Amino acid sequence: MFATQVGAVAQRSLRRTLRQPANVIPPLVFPVALMAVNAAGLQASTLLPGFPTDSFLAFALAVPFIQGALFSTLNAGTDLARDIQTGFLNRLSLTPLRGSALLAGHLTGVVVLGVAQAVFYISVGLIAGAGFAAGPAGIPVLLAFAALVSLGFGALGSYFALRSGSGETVQGLFPVFFVFLFISSMNAPRDLMAVDWFRTLATLNPVSYLLECVRSLIITGWDPRALTLGLGVAVAIAAVALALASRELPRRMTRT
Amino acid sequence: MPPSDNSIVAERLAREFRKGPRAVDGIDLHVAPGEIYGFLGPNGAGKSTTVLMLTTLLPPTSGTARVAGFDIVKQGPQVRSVIGAALQEAALDPLLTGRDHLRLQSLLQGIPKADRRARTEELLARVGLTQAADRKVRGYSGGMKRRLDLALALVHRPRLLFLDEPTIGLDPQSRSALWEEVARLAREDGVTVFLTTQYLEEADVLADRVGIIDHGRIVAEGTPAELKAGIGRPSVHVLPADEGDRPRIAASLARFGELLEGGRDVAVRLRDGLGLADVVRAFDADGLAVDDIELRAPTLDDVFLAKTGRTLEGAAEADDQSAAVDGGSR
Repeated sequence: MFATQVGAVAQRSLRRTLRQPANVIPPLVFPVALMAVNAAGLQASTLLPGFPTDSFLAFALAVPFIQGALFSTLNAGTDLARDIQTGFLNRLSLTPLRGSALLAGHLTGVVVLGVAQAVFYISVGLIAGAGFAAGPAGIPVLLAFAALVSLGFGALGSYFALRSGSGETVQGLFPVFFVFLFISSMNAPRDLMAVDWFRTLATLNPVSYLLECVRSLIITGWDPRALTLGLGVAVAIAAVALALASRELPRRMTRT
Repeated sequence: MPPSDNSIVAERLAREFRKGPRAVDGIDLHVAPGEIYGFLGPNGAGKSTTVLMLTTLLPPTSGTARVAGFDIVKQGPQVRSVIGAALQEAALDPLLTGRDHLRLQSLLQGIPKADRRARTEELLARVGLTQAADRKVRGYSGGMKRRLDLALALVHRPRLLFLDEPTIGLDPQSRSALWEEVARLAREDGVTVFLTTQYLEEADVLADRVGIIDHGRIVAEGTPAELKAGIGRPSVHVLPADEGDRPRIAASLARFGELLEGGRDVAVRLRDGLGLADVVRAFDADGLAVDDIELRAPTLDDVFLAKTGRTLEGAAEADDQSAAVDGGSR
């Protein structure tokens, strides 16, 4: 029964998203467009001594994965908030649907989309000429990592939706999440950052480790340190966000 | 009480909101199996809060209630398994089709796979949405949304149905179609229906018994006929030809019974043995001209007026104004 409930909610989540082109196209197009602009404009960065690759495209390819996950946060949160605002959550509360199945189903939909986005980004990167140092075996690892990041960020969006009950509030948080992306190793390796405060912030910023995990698979191959740190941070974000969302859910899904 | 009993019983049921009013103030209810119970009252009277408590979505502050023999606080899952509910606003997903909604609902209600498709088609046909089943709900009219809402509430064949203002905002045709369906559910399927409404006609036409709620308290209860008979006497309503004659008309009418306040016309509840002809003769003798004069049998609005001192319409307006004042002062 639990699996049926998760499947039903996930199916609805996917169907909703696919019927809103505005929720599907921007997460695919904008990160790739930004990557293309950066790859063209910042190629000279690769001439810096110690830069890990001679292709900025390969370096920048990690960024769409995290940007796509941020879009997932927004979509997961606003969809759930809309369900609260319209009373749809009350309708679900009147069925035997378990709260954990609701959250799991909702996030399954988010993860499936996150993985589909990741397939798109890596395909674009490979077609554009970026290599993939980890080889074919690295692809499933990359997709699993993308799934984990989508899960964590999706759970975070769900938490904010459950906490605030307002789609507008969730959307208002989007720029804040974006700041995390910009204060990270998005455009330069941390050891090449000359400005101390920025390097410190980038080092403290968990997003840097997510980027570096993806980047290691593309540029370096199998880098145990980058993979462990990236997976560790992704697991931690997912665990904390899921715990927060699970704690908030009973408050919104009130029933005796 | 055996769990097979489709009744609703509440004793001193109350709900108080933090920093808010006592929305439901210790009501007693007894709705018999297979009965259509109309819960009539103006906006903010406590109707929806009562429905939320009885459907287990809102715990009561005090008091008890049993739905189909199950305690609404201690046996929430059992209550939900035997009830269907269409809450105040049709909570539908505009991006899903009618069929998507029914499929989701039957999956979540645990309808066996073999029955799902047949049940979906049966309900679509029952509420007249077969043709529109594969259209997204955002293109549905208000009446279609309400019909889909009803179909969703019926997916798991509930024994009790809660409908919170199901016809609000609907055109007369959609309203009467929904009334027919609700009546059929009670008469043919034996479903107990708890229906909130602020429409007098709806309660009058549809309900076997009516409870009138105002400021969280039930002020009258009975069959529509009993309630109207309790008021007893008919009333005469007069629209003066000249507004300046209003005091003279009121004085003249006062000789025939108790003047009624709150309406737009001048009205009197006639004493026993008096009729319209007596009033007309008196107006003639007093030289009073009127635009319209009407003899009215007691209505549920008269019952509401008699029990609360306000008309149902006036109560709704007063509550809206006080809500606006409250909102402005926050």
